Amino acid sequence: MSALIEAEALTINRPDTAVTVLERVDFRIRPGEIVTVVGPNGSGKSSLVRALLGHMPLAGGRVSRRAGLRIGYVPQKVHVDTAIPMNVRRFLSLPRRVSDAEAEAALTRTGVPGLGQRQLTQLSGGQFQRVLLARALLADPHLLVLDEPTQGLDQPGIVAFYQLIDEVRRQTGAAVLMVSHDLLVVMRSSDRVICLNGHVCCEGTPEHVSNAPEYRALFGAEAQGMLALYRHHHDHDHDGTAAGHVHGPGCDHDHSHA
Amino acid sequence: MLDDFFTRAVLAGLGLALVAGPLGCFVVWRRMAYFGDSTAHAAILGVALALAFDVSIYAGTLAVAVVMAVTVAALVSRGQAMDTMLGVLSHSALAFGLVAISFVPGARSDLSGYLFGDILAVGRSDLVLIWGGAALVLAVLMIRWQRLLTSSLNEELAMAAGIDPRVERLVLSLALAVVVALAIRVVGSLLISAMLIVPAAAARGWAGSPERMAAGAALVAAASVGLGMWASLRLDSPAGPTIVTVAAIFFVASQMLRRR
Repeated sequence: MSALIEAEALTINRPDTAVTVLERVDFRIRPGEIVTVVGPNGSGKSSLVRALLGHMPLAGGRVSRRAGLRIGYVPQKVHVDTAIPMNVRRFLSLPRRVSDAEAEAALTRTGVPGLGQRQLTQLSGGQFQRVLLARALLADPHLLVLDEPTQGLDQPGIVAFYQLIDEVRRQTGAAVLMVSHDLLVVMRSSDRVICLNGHVCCEGTPEHVSNAPEYRALFGAEAQGMLALYRHHHDHDHDGTAAGHVHGPGCDHDHSHA
Repeated sequence: MLDDFFTRAVLAGLGLALVAGPLGCFVVWRRMAYFGDSTAHAAILGVALALAFDVSIYAGTLAVAVVMAVTVAALVSRGQAMDTMLGVLSHSALAFGLVAISFVPGARSDLSGYLFGDILAVGRSDLVLIWGGAALVLAVLMIRWQRLLTSSLNEELAMAAGIDPRVERLVLSLALAVVVALAIRVVGSLLISAMLIVPAAAARGWAGSPERMAAGAALVAAASVGLGMWASLRLDSPAGPTIVTVAAIFFVASQMLRRR
């Protein structure tokens, strides 16, 4: 099947500077796939997503989106100013107006039925994320793009949210591209995980990854595991051209390129 | 009916109120209060230039307001330290304008008219311009309402929907410049942003939706014009400041009732 979005040798600079955020990243996502991007802060996760969506100029490489591709997007940290009075129902009709039935169906699907008359600023973090997801689903998307959708949620909230994403994927067949910090949950619910740190450090299916002894070691000690996966020797040195290479499933590699 | 200067004044004020309310909501929603100030203050420079080159006051203020609005919009989108930058621009524009106008022979005596408005001097041609301009800006706001609202709420969400937030920002900047030019005769350069912000802020407490807030702001602004004009006649107080005073009373009342 053809890819929904495909990127080749994507290079992105920080806006209005020559500082490279991402270098020569190859990326593709196919219909129905859940791909998660992980990486330390400042590793270019959000930049990758924004470039794939076409919200950001490229310094190099190319991105192609399938013709007629409908994307449902949940950006990182949507801040709604209290100065704007806006209830959930009205919000769902921005910018495309939807019927009451469509709106309520979307809210029901994301587990927040009957919230339509509530002001956005009165929602809890978890409710707001579900409303954002409902709004994204109203576009009947081929691809859902979620940038750190569980930020600010507690652990049960995070698990419930990923279950919801999985459910939505099964119901709609939409592919999902996620940026996440919740490494352990992500590992279970993704088809493919990409680890970024200015370039693609490693990439693989969670099945492969979870079979790797390193990964089991990670799950043995959760807290330490998170940390180890974060670190996973990001300090290794590539001699420029090696950026964008793909490692095997085990992320805990330890090597250097001569 | 239009022969009466007082009727003309009220009509001019109502025309401004109808557009200042909804546009003022965007100023409040996007936290552009200083933006409004700098554009409005620059209008005095426009008056000076218009008098010096003997063109219409409206043309002069509109031209300068457009330049100012576009400049400020560009600075804001470049992410400069906004607060300070806009403070500098706003007050510099006013100072430059006041200095410039002092060089124009005969204008000094009319200065307070340009600063605080001279609504009783509004003529028929002013009325046509004010209502025409107000209708134009309102039409633009209505046609682009969904886009403007989405990009005011969140620029990322707007971009994802294929809306360019820079375009919407420019549209609002230009609308603001037009309203500033319309308002210079009615409330004057110093009180234009009050007409934008105060009614919108008063409506905020009552409104549950952006549309109701926009309509509420227009209503408060219109009521302020009506009551303000009546009060200024009774009290023999300057019309522009009296209108804004009434709007401010509406604001305080709405805050107090909201607390309950």
